[in-house]
Amino acid sequence: MRLKATVSISALAAIAASTAYAGTVKYYGDFDPAPLAAMQAVIADFEAANPDIKIEFQNFDHEGYKTSIRNFLSADAPDLANWYAGNRMAPFVNAGQFQDISDVWEENGLKEALASALPSMTMDDKQWGIPYTYYQWGIYYNKDVYEQVGVEVPETWDQFIENCAAFKEAGIDCATTGTKALWPGAGIFDYLNLRTNGYEFHMDLANGEVPWTDDRVRATFAEWGKLVEPGYITQNHAALDWQDAAALLVQGQAANYVMGNFAVAVFKQGGMTDDTLGFMPFPTINPDVPRAEEAPTDTVHLTSAAQNPEDAKAFLAYLASPDAQTKINAAMGQLPINKDATVAEDDPFIQAGFELLSSTEGGIAQFFDRDAPPEMAKIGMEGFQQFMVQPDQLDNILERLEKARGRIYK
Amino acid sequence: MSIAISDTHSRRTWWRENQQKLTPYIFLIPGVLFFLVYVIIPIFESFWLSGYDWDGLGAKTWIGLDNYRELFDDEAFYTSLKNNVLWLVLYMLAVPAGLGIAIFLNQKVRGIRAYKSLFFFPFVISQVVVGLIFAWFYAPNFGLFYNLIEWATGSGIAILADPNLVTYGIIAAGLWPQIAYCMILYLTGLNAVDPEQIEAARLDGAKGFRMLWYVILPQLRPATFMAVVVTVIGALRSFDLVSIMTDGGPFGSSRVLSFYMFEQALSEYGYRMGYGAAIAVILFLIMMVFISGFIWKMVDDERKGL
Repeated sequence: MRLKATVSISALAAIAASTAYAGTVKYYGDFDPAPLAAMQAVIADFEAANPDIKIEFQNFDHEGYKTSIRNFLSADAPDLANWYAGNRMAPFVNAGQFQDISDVWEENGLKEALASALPSMTMDDKQWGIPYTYYQWGIYYNKDVYEQVGVEVPETWDQFIENCAAFKEAGIDCATTGTKALWPGAGIFDYLNLRTNGYEFHMDLANGEVPWTDDRVRATFAEWGKLVEPGYITQNHAALDWQDAAALLVQGQAANYVMGNFAVAVFKQGGMTDDTLGFMPFPTINPDVPRAEEAPTDTVHLTSAAQNPEDAKAFLAYLASPDAQTKINAAMGQLPINKDATVAEDDPFIQAGFELLSSTEGGIAQFFDRDAPPEMAKIGMEGFQQFMVQPDQLDNILERLEKARGRIYK
Repeated sequence: MSIAISDTHSRRTWWRENQQKLTPYIFLIPGVLFFLVYVIIPIFESFWLSGYDWDGLGAKTWIGLDNYRELFDDEAFYTSLKNNVLWLVLYMLAVPAGLGIAIFLNQKVRGIRAYKSLFFFPFVISQVVVGLIFAWFYAPNFGLFYNLIEWATGSGIAILADPNLVTYGIIAAGLWPQIAYCMILYLTGLNAVDPEQIEAARLDGAKGFRMLWYVILPQLRPATFMAVVVTVIGALRSFDLVSIMTDGGPFGSSRVLSFYMFEQALSEYGYRMGYGAAIAVILFLIMMVFISGFIWKMVDDERKGL
């Protein structure tokens, strides 16, 4: 069977070689229009520098891509495919559908240049893809509302909670979120846990090495309870999409929003400007814990069925370069991972994110649904949502998560 | 020589003699083939898959009945089951409601056709659109229903964010097109009601509810049967509305079995094919109870010559 497969692949390769370019690299991705244009420009630059290689790029829509990748990787695989870092790539790595590209990292000195993403691209001491962009999470706030209530931007969690009392007094939601799609709640949990227990513990928890009924997890939820129990979070968040909650912040009905930097575009569409929209890092809870941040990373992977791995690797190496990363991230409004790349100087949020992430000493988490295995992520995020609606159910929630942990991590 | 002739002769007549008997089977073959490939074989495949632990990509591991053991210890499964029962019971309201509207519309007034088509309208639009309309209707802060409640009681209720109300909210959305469906079934049924029997009943002094119960309803039996069947099946496969309106939330409280199966087997965070198949098997067994009931009744009716 295997022999037959190799024969047919080499036969295909022979046909391809005789008819098309010597080096054609098939690349599937899922870009929005602006990043797509940037990626096409990057591809054009690469092809200009390497005239004997042609990149055949095919774009999918985001949601469709997530399901179709499973089909095309086993049926009709391209050479390169977009995906995500951390545990989200684990099923494909374990199923042998992504190729080890440690040699690309080694030869191009990427372990230094892409250092901040190295842990999230490494499994079994090997690197499995090239990260090309990430973005910071943090708290976006309405400066007008802060002024109206007369409180300072907080640096510690205690100050944040004190402010909440003042916002509540003024009839403003201290923190807003929209958990209809579940994931926005996970951002709050991640930060509370990173600030309470630190990066190492958070990763151990996401990897199933710590029980959910552990006292340290309860400590995280106790901090969260300070926000939930007095009703400082927008009511009915379970029926809101994250954009609905963004509207509340724009309208001044809410003060703070734990979100990723992609939300800035939505806030600005709603009429906010650099003068009214503020960004702050998530406040300190435990001062002894080194500051860790959340920065989901998008990646490109070499598939195991790639027919032209050599040329594909050349493109991956180019994608990791400062030039390519500067270009594509300028178009995406996100942050390059290569430390020698540059970011737009006129965007205060990008600037703040770049400083925040490059000075992170604790570690960079990928986001709960990428750090934890998919099943655990789903059950966990449901638990977070439930806690924000029914905080008295905490024991039930933690027991349910613990039961799921026992089943999922074998 | 003579033997050979009689042989071809008899062969030809065999086909001729049996043509009538064989033709129906020949016509059935394509249908049976498709039914086998797309319905019967997948049912057995589901049974078989439910014994495996499989992510749809890697190797399958045989785990016997472990999926079922886990299922019967799974809170989310019982929530889904409870919601399925709620759907079944409350969806039945579509049958009397459809009958009521059909009787109300079964009169000869100017423009009645226009009214009928307006009442039929919700059945024509897609379930996805129905779900979206109701989701906006219930939406906190700007939804019509939310604002009405807020105006009447002082504080609005976000139905779709409330774990205790969410299923009722979705069922209400599902009833809207389902009532229209039942109404159409009864409207056609009412056309076939024998006016002479009504005349006779009227002469005997029957009217109002007694007329409905003893004279009209018995004549509507076939329509009632159809309405119950499509409503039961509609309730059991309620998937689209749940998916559109809440995605099973908040925290899984509006899941039904078909949605939970999809979530486990095919959604972004799932890909537990074996576990999904186990849920499918349970759902199939529940449906089997109803389906065999319906089939038994149909066969029984045929035997009685109804």
